[in-house]
Formats: sequence, structure tokens, C-alpha cells
Amino acid sequence: MSVSPSPKKELATIAIFTVAVLAMPIWLAPIGAAYPDLLQKFAIFGIFAIGFNILFGLTGYLSFGHAAFLGVGSYTAVWSFKLLTMNVLPAVIFGTVLAGLFAVLIGYVSLRRSGIYFSILTLAFAQMSYNLAYSVLTPITNGETGLQLTQQDPRIIDSMFVEAGAGLPSTTLFGLKMSGYPGFYFCAVVLIIGFWISLKIFNSPFGMKLKAIKSNQTRMGYTGFNTRPYLLVAFVISGMYAGLAGSLMAATDPLAGAERMQWTASGEVVLMTILGGVGTLIGPLLGAGVIKYFENIFSSYNENVLHQIFAALPDPLEDAVVAVTSLFVGEGWHLTLGTLFMVIVIFLPGGIVEGARRLKSLVLRPTVRKYGFKTDQPTTRS
Amino acid sequence: MTAKIILDVDDVQMRFGGLMALSDVNLQIEEGKTHAIIGPNGAGKSTLLNVCVGRLQPSRGTVMFEGEILTGKTPYEINQVGVARVFQTPEIFPELNLLENVMVPALAKRDGSFKFNAFRNVMREADIRDEAEHVLEDLGLQEQRTHIAGSLSRGDKRRLELAMCLVQHPRLLLLDEPTAGMSRADTNRTIEILKRIKERGMTKVIIEHDMHVVFSLADKISVLAQGKIIAEGAPDDVRGNPKVQEAYLGGAHL
Repeated sequence: MSVSPSPKKELATIAIFTVAVLAMPIWLAPIGAAYPDLLQKFAIFGIFAIGFNILFGLTGYLSFGHAAFLGVGSYTAVWSFKLLTMNVLPAVIFGTVLAGLFAVLIGYVSLRRSGIYFSILTLAFAQMSYNLAYSVLTPITNGETGLQLTQQDPRIIDSMFVEAGAGLPSTTLFGLKMSGYPGFYFCAVVLIIGFWISLKIFNSPFGMKLKAIKSNQTRMGYTGFNTRPYLLVAFVISGMYAGLAGSLMAATDPLAGAERMQWTASGEVVLMTILGGVGTLIGPLLGAGVIKYFENIFSSYNENVLHQIFAALPDPLEDAVVAVTSLFVGEGWHLTLGTLFMVIVIFLPGGIVEGARRLKSLVLRPTVRKYGFKTDQPTTRS
Repeated sequence: MTAKIILDVDDVQMRFGGLMALSDVNLQIEEGKTHAIIGPNGAGKSTLLNVCVGRLQPSRGTVMFEGEILTGKTPYEINQVGVARVFQTPEIFPELNLLENVMVPALAKRDGSFKFNAFRNVMREADIRDEAEHVLEDLGLQEQRTHIAGSLSRGDKRRLELAMCLVQHPRLLLLDEPTAGMSRADTNRTIEILKRIKERGMTKVIIEHDMHVVFSLADKISVLAQGKIIAEGAPDDVRGNPKVQEAYLGGAHL
């Protein structure tokens, strides 16, 4: 982070990233993660985490309420499907914009405080939104059932061009159905654009000023910067990323429920960011990938699967091993996640990215590098 | 030959509950001069600077800078009109490298208090970068420019903070004990730097305990004791003033 990459290096980064994301169905196949549903989740939560990192990673302001923006994005997208068209493009745009407006409101109030008080304020706002979505706002959110498409939806724009079919329509991108691989590739393209914007921000004077705010906000004031608008802009951008992710969720599966706004969802993106590496470009994305992978793979294991895996062991031993490991899979996969998270926070405070960097310096150059701050050094130390 | 007054502290009073930290302080700083404020611990020197930069709002009185009232303004607004400050404990950006530490204030000078320049690569800001490198070189920090500021020695951190102020070319520079805790060699080096700045006509207010520093730099000295200015004048006059000797040493001779 100390030496900003040149524009040329930036292009190379984005090129490699594009290839890596688009080729995910190939290189993720050996670990059994190359199916569209999971790949979509990687991309969507990757966007969510990248955006969250623009706030948390650059300014150090830890929001515990980003799920609210995710929910707003989802609801808006579904309403766009219900009222206007099944095309995902307007849905995604409306979802992002509305989440941004919502973020202006919440950010304006929450940013009057910093540190733990800021976190609590954002948490309170998100829980308020969640409860409103469940109760008072039922006409908009359809309460507990969640907002779904129905046969009776007007879909003004679509009805001008085609007769409504017999079944529920599916989401499309100008006729291309947004389920399965097309859905993934749509999310992947959005992810690449999102990553590119984040890269631009990281390497810009604006990004440098955000890092300076994180480093010493008092000095920023005496240096002639009004820090409040900087923080608000960072907050709104990251809220828009969350809204974008939420609307993509609805685009690949057109329904929205209040649970998307719950604090556990806000907590999840914090875990993703820390797991991957706070303040690094690629870290939050890796964190999102690891968590979603574990969720899908480990939660699908059950005792039968474990018995098959450990079938080679003698029976009593097999039973014992299965009894222990079964705690960590299926419903209990959160236990695995929790353990992993603890290990990372204690031994690798810079997350996966720091782990990779340490490995690299171990392999390439066993000598201790002077200061060790060369590239994307996370700044989690306080 | 009255010089132009750049900073005018008018009847400033600062009360913290029952404690009167500053009582009716009047102070005029002339343009281009180095004005030292000395006084025993707890005299209110740092409080006075805090009032000037907007960290504290005075209970009464005003501070004017070039005819503009600073009282009531926020620290960033005061910086934007051309007042920079070096703190008693260095306020730098410990996680950024030296070059970035100096580029950030240079951006504040160019862009004002807010600018959303998120789509321009920092490497393309050649002017800002050159300016920052120039100041770092001036202060002898050029070789460490890619080091993380938090890893610097205390003396280097102070010099870095000075660089962060100088890159903004402030009209008025406020220094709060710029050499406290420095080795003799570092102190002399800082004196040299401050002398050089003076040649460029920058006005300075300096709080200092080290009389060697004060008498090498100051054109004028104000002595603050228990929230009041008890003496003011040219260095030699102040040195011989019995009131000053009493405030400092309880009557013993300097």
C-alpha cells in the first residue's frame, strides 16, 4: 500500500483479474465449486465485500449495518421486476441508486460519531430496517413471506411488447435468461467492473486521503481537510456496492426477504473482509469466496457422507472420528467457520492476503526484508 | 517602522471550569518575524495555540488572522486560510510512507477541504509528488521516503511533521516545542531548518523551553505565566527582566 502501482500495473492487474474471474468455472472445478449457483454467490458476495472494504479497509469505520443496503437493493430489484420489466439491467441500476440514497441518510447520521459508537449506530439502523421490513412496511416488503413475483404483476414495459405467458416469467438480460451460467457471467462482469472501480479508488488521491483519515483523523483536520464529506462519500459508495450485490441476488433469484437485512448478514461481510485481509484489494473477495465455499461444501456433508469418507478406518475408530467431525459439518459448519476465523485473527491479523505474502517471502527470499512493507501491506495493526 | 500584524490575539480568555487557563491575553505577531512564547509548565502556552488553530473555542475574546476572525472556525478552515501547526507530540500518518505523508497536505493546499478525485491515479499527480519530494529533500528525509512513517525515530517524526506543514507554504506556522526530546545534534539541525524558513519570510510562533533554541531564533519573546503575558520584548530585554526571572526561577538570576 505504500507504493501505489502505476497506471500500467493497474491495467495488468485488471486484466489478470478478468481472466481469473471469467475462468472460475474451469479452475474451481477440481474443488467441486464450479456450479453456477455457487459461482454466482462468489461473485455477488465478492461485490458486497469489495464495497464494504472501501469503507472499512480505507477509512477504518466499521459498519455493522451494511445488510440494510443489501436488503434495499433486493427489494428494489424485485419491485422493478414486478412493475416494469424482467430485464435485470434497470433492476440493478435502481437497486444500486436507491441503496445509495438510503446510505446518504444513514451515513449522514451515523458518521457524527466514530469508533464503536458509529458501529452501534449503523447496527441500530439496520435492525430498525429489518424490523420495519417485517412489520410496518409489509405492503412494500410482503412481511414474513418475502417479496415475490406474481401472475398479476403489471410489468408495464414488458406488457407493451409481449403477452404475459402462463407461468411466472424469469429474469432476463434482453432475452437471455439469468439463471445458471448466463447469470454467473452477468454477475462476473459486474464484479469485474466493481473491482476496477475499487482499484481506481485505492490508487487515487481520494483513496490516499481516506487512508490518511484511517491513520490519523486529527491530523487530517489540521491539514485542511473536512473529513466528514470524505467519510460520507466512502460510506455511500460502499452502500451502493451492497445495494448492487442485493439487486444481483434478486436478479439471479427474484425474491427478497427481510432476513437479508438481519445483523447476521451484516456480520458476515465483516467476517469476509477480515478473513481475507482488511484494506487489501483482493482480500475481501478471497474471504467471501472461502466463506461461501465452506458454507456450501461443509453444510452439505452429513453423517452418511462422513461414514463413507472414513470407511477405511476400523469401525469403532470410524464411529469416533465421525462423531467428532460431524460437529463441524452440516448444520454445524459455523463451528468450522468460527474456528477458522479465530485462527486467522490470532495468527494472521492481515488475513489470507498476509498469509500469502508471508508464504511468498518465505519461498522467494528467506531473509527478513527491510520493513517488509512493499506492496499491499494491510494496516490492521494499531 | 511598525510591521504588519498578521495574527492578532485580542483579549482572549479561556476558562476550564474553575481554572483560568488564559486571562485577557493580548498578542500581536508581526509578519515575517519569529515570535517565541516561553513560560513555565502550565502557563497556558499550548492552550493559546489550541485557541489559535480552533481546537479550543475561547470563553471570551477573538483571534484575527490577516483581518479574518478565526474564532469559531474549525481546524480545517483555519488551515485553509494559511495557518499550519506542528504539535508537541508529532501528529503524522503512521501507516503511510513519508512521501504520502507529505503528499496529503500538498493535496489539501491544492484541492481545498474536499475534492472527489477518485478516478485519477496518484502517480499522475507529478506536481504534488515533486513538491513533496522537494520538501523531504530539504529536511533530509529523502532517503527514507518509502519508509512507513510509524517506523521513524522521534526526532525524524518531528521533522516529518514539519515537512507536512512546510509543503503547504503556510502564511503562519505555529510550532509547539519542536525540539523537545531531541538530541543536541537534532536540535541544532532543526534550528538550521527553521532559520532557513525564516529567510523565506514565513511568520512563525514558537513555543519552546530550550533557551538555546529560543535565543537562536526569536525576534521577539512573550512570556506567559499563569495565563497572563507578564513580559514582552526583544530577547535581550526579556532575559534581563526581573519579573521573568521570578516566574521561572522564583527570583534567582538567569
